[in-house]
Amino acid sequence: MTGELGLLALCFALALSLVMAAAGLLGTRAQADAARRVATSSALGFLVFTLLAFGVLTYAFVVSDFSVALVASHSHTLKPLVYKISGVWGNHEGSMLLWVLVLALYAGVVAILGRGGARLTSGALGIQGLLAAAFLLFILFTSNPFLRLDPAPFEGAGLMPLLQDPGLAMHPPMLYAGYVGLSAAFSYAAAALMVGDAAIINNWARAARPFMLMAWIALTSGIALGSWWAYYELGWGGFWGWDPVENASLMPWLIATALLHSALATEKSGAFRTWTLLLAIAGFSLSLIGTFLVRSGVLSSVHAFASDPTRGFFIMVLIALAIGGALALFAWRAPSLQGGAAFEPASRETALLLNNVFLLAACACVFAGTLYPLILDAMNGTKITVGPPYYVLTFAPIFFALLLLVPFGPRLGWKRGDLKAVWRSLYPALGLAGIAAVAVLAIVSPRTIAATGAFAVAGWLIGASILDLRKRKGARASAFAAALAHAGLGVTLLGVAGTTAWRSEAIAVVGPGQTMTVGPYTLRFDGVTREKGPNFIADRAHVAVMDGGRVSAMLQPEHRFYPAEGQDMTDTAIRTTGLRDLYLALGDERDDGRFALRAYVSPLAPLIWLGGLMMSLGGMLSLWGRLRAPSAEPAAVAQAAE
Amino acid sequence: MNAKKKRRLAFAAALVAVGAMLAVLIRYGLGQNIMYFHSPADVVAGHVGEGVAFRIGGLVEQGSISHGAGAAVKFRVTDGKGSVPANFVGVLPALFREGQGVVATGAMDGHGTFIASEVLAKHDEKYMPPEVVAALKKSGRWKEGEMQ
Repeated sequence: MTGELGLLALCFALALSLVMAAAGLLGTRAQADAARRVATSSALGFLVFTLLAFGVLTYAFVVSDFSVALVASHSHTLKPLVYKISGVWGNHEGSMLLWVLVLALYAGVVAILGRGGARLTSGALGIQGLLAAAFLLFILFTSNPFLRLDPAPFEGAGLMPLLQDPGLAMHPPMLYAGYVGLSAAFSYAAAALMVGDAAIINNWARAARPFMLMAWIALTSGIALGSWWAYYELGWGGFWGWDPVENASLMPWLIATALLHSALATEKSGAFRTWTLLLAIAGFSLSLIGTFLVRSGVLSSVHAFASDPTRGFFIMVLIALAIGGALALFAWRAPSLQGGAAFEPASRETALLLNNVFLLAACACVFAGTLYPLILDAMNGTKITVGPPYYVLTFAPIFFALLLLVPFGPRLGWKRGDLKAVWRSLYPALGLAGIAAVAVLAIVSPRTIAATGAFAVAGWLIGASILDLRKRKGARASAFAAALAHAGLGVTLLGVAGTTAWRSEAIAVVGPGQTMTVGPYTLRFDGVTREKGPNFIADRAHVAVMDGGRVSAMLQPEHRFYPAEGQDMTDTAIRTTGLRDLYLALGDERDDGRFALRAYVSPLAPLIWLGGLMMSLGGMLSLWGRLRAPSAEPAAVAQAAE
Repeated sequence: MNAKKKRRLAFAAALVAVGAMLAVLIRYGLGQNIMYFHSPADVVAGHVGEGVAFRIGGLVEQGSISHGAGAAVKFRVTDGKGSVPANFVGVLPALFREGQGVVATGAMDGHGTFIASEVLAKHDEKYMPPEVVAALKKSGRWKEGEMQ
C-alpha cells in the first residue's frame, strides 16, 4: 500500500503546486489578498504532501519493501540503517524527489517568512510553484520512484559500495539545498520583474538576500563535502579534479558568490540594479544546467551514473523554458528599469564590480572548458577531455587576481572611498604576505613559484581579515562574517598550495614485518586480517606508523567485498595531524602473499576543508545577523541615501 | 554627449575589451590543453604519436592482468578490433576487473605500450563511459542491453 500512498501524495503535491503557481501569480496584482492567501496555504500543502511522499519512500527503504522497484534495485536488508536512508537519494529517481523536497522546503520558508511585501512574496511563490510543477511532472512521467515490482524479490540488489559512505548522506542534500536555494533568488527576481513596480524592483534584493545566503552556505558546504569525499575515495581524482561534474557545482557557486556581492551593492547603495536581477537568473540557470549535465549522462566523468537520454531531453526543455521565460520577462521590463545609482571610481561599488567581473570571467572559463568537449563531440564526433592544465592556465590567474583585490572591498566606503588610506591601512597584511612568501622560500623544499605566490596571497587575505576583526571591535555581524569568509579563502588556498607542491607518494609491495617510507614517515606492515562488517567482508591491513623505534599510530586500510552487490571496494585510511595527512590505500594481494600498499603524505591538506568551513560559517553568521535584526536598516534609509 | 552617456560608452568599451581578452585566453587554453580519446583500434592503427597524452577506453581483456615487479600491473585494453598492452604502477580502483569497461589516461611509449598515469574508477557498476560505448559500437562489439 505504501507505494501507492507515495504516488498519491506526489499527485496531490503536483495539484497543489499548480494552485500555488496560479494563485501566486494572480496575487502579484495590488488587490488580490484572497489569491495571496491561497498561494500561502497551497505552498504549505505542497510542502506537506512532498514530505509525505519522501517519507513514504524513506519508509520503504528502511523496512526494505522490495515490492517497490527502486528499493529492490538499490537496497538490501543487511545494509546499515544510515545507508538505507541515504540510499533514498543514491539513485536518480530518489534524488529528483529530494530536489523537489528541498524546493518545497524553500517554498514553505518563503510562504511563512517571506519579506519584501505581499505582492513580491506572492509572485515568488507563484514562480516556485511553476518550477515545482515542472519537476513533479518530470518525476511522474520519467522517473517515478514508486513503480511496483510484481512479484517482489526476496532480497534487494544492494547499493553500490562506493556510495555506502557518510559522504552520500551529506553531500547530495547539501548540494541540492544550494542549487535549489538559488531558485528562491530566481523566483524573487522574476516576481519583481513581473510586478514591475519601481519600489518593489528596488527592494527585491533585500527580501531575497536570506535565500541567497542560504543557497551560498549550502553550496559552499556541499562542494567542500564533495571534495573531501572525492579525496578519501580512491580513484575519484583527489580533492579537486576539474571533472565536469565537479565543475557543474562550481559554476553556480561562482555566480552565487557574485550575486551575494552584487546584491549587497544594490541593497546598500542602489548600484547594479539590473545586473543583480540578471545574476539571480543566471545563478539558477547554471544550477539547472548543472543538474542536466550530471543527470543526462552526456558527460564523461568519474562521477557519472548510468542514465536515460529521455530524462536529459526533458530537463533541457525545462532549462529552455526557465531561462527563456526569465530573460523574456527581463527584456520586457528592461526599458522601464531605473538605472543604478552612480558612484566614484574609488568606492566599494567599484570593488564589488571588479569582484563580479572576475567571478564571471572565472565562471566563463569553467563553462567553456566543461562544454567544449560536448560541442566538439556534437560537431564532428571527436572525443576529448579538457584537463586540469587548461584550468590552471585560465581559471587560476583570474581567481588569483580576484583574491589580490579582496582585502580592498570591505575597507572602501560606499559611493566614495579613500583608496590611499585603505592602502596604508593594509600595510600589516602586506607584511604578513611577505613573511609567508619568505618563509616558504627559506624553509620548505622544493621551492615553487606557484606555492610561494599562493602563500603570499593567503597571507595577504588572512592578514587583512585579522585587521578587519581587530579594527572593528563590536562591529556588526556582517563585517565579521565577511572577514571570516575571506580568511577562509586564504586558508583553503594554503591547503591547495601545500598539497599540490609538496605531496610525496610511495608505492611498495610489502609482506608482514616489512617497512616502507613515505615523506617523513616509516610504515611497518603487520599483515592482513579477515574481518566481518555488517554487510561486507574486509581484508584489513594493519600498518604501524613508526616514530623512532616506537609505534605512534596504527592505520587500517581495507579492501572490502560486498557479497550482496558482488563488488569490491577500497577503503582508505587517513591519519591527520591537522596540518598534514598520511593517506594509505591497500592494493591487491600478490601470489606470494604480499600486498601492494600505496601511501602518500599531503601537507596542509586539511586546510582545504577548514577554509571551506570558515566560508560557510561566515555565511551563517551573516544570515544570523540578517534574521536577528530584520529592520536594522529599513529600505527607506537606502532610498533616502540615493 | 552628456556625462552619463560618456560613462556608459566607456563601460561598454571596457566590457568588450575584457570579453575579448577572456575569449583569447579561453581559445588559447583550449588549444593547448585538450586531451583526445582514442579507442584501442585507433592506437593499433598508429593514429597516436609516442609521448602524447591521451585517454584510452575499452574493456579489460580477459586473462590479461598480470603483476610485474613491485606495484606494477600489466593488462590489455581491447575494443574487439584492437588490443593495446598497458602498464600501470599503483593501486587500481576496486571496480577494475577483467571483462569490465575501463578508462585510463596516459601516453604510448616507444614500444607500443600504453603507460597509464591514472586509471579512473566508476560510481556505478552499470555505468559505461560514453567513449567506451562509442568505441565498442564502432568496432561492432556493442550489443544494446548486453552491458546493462
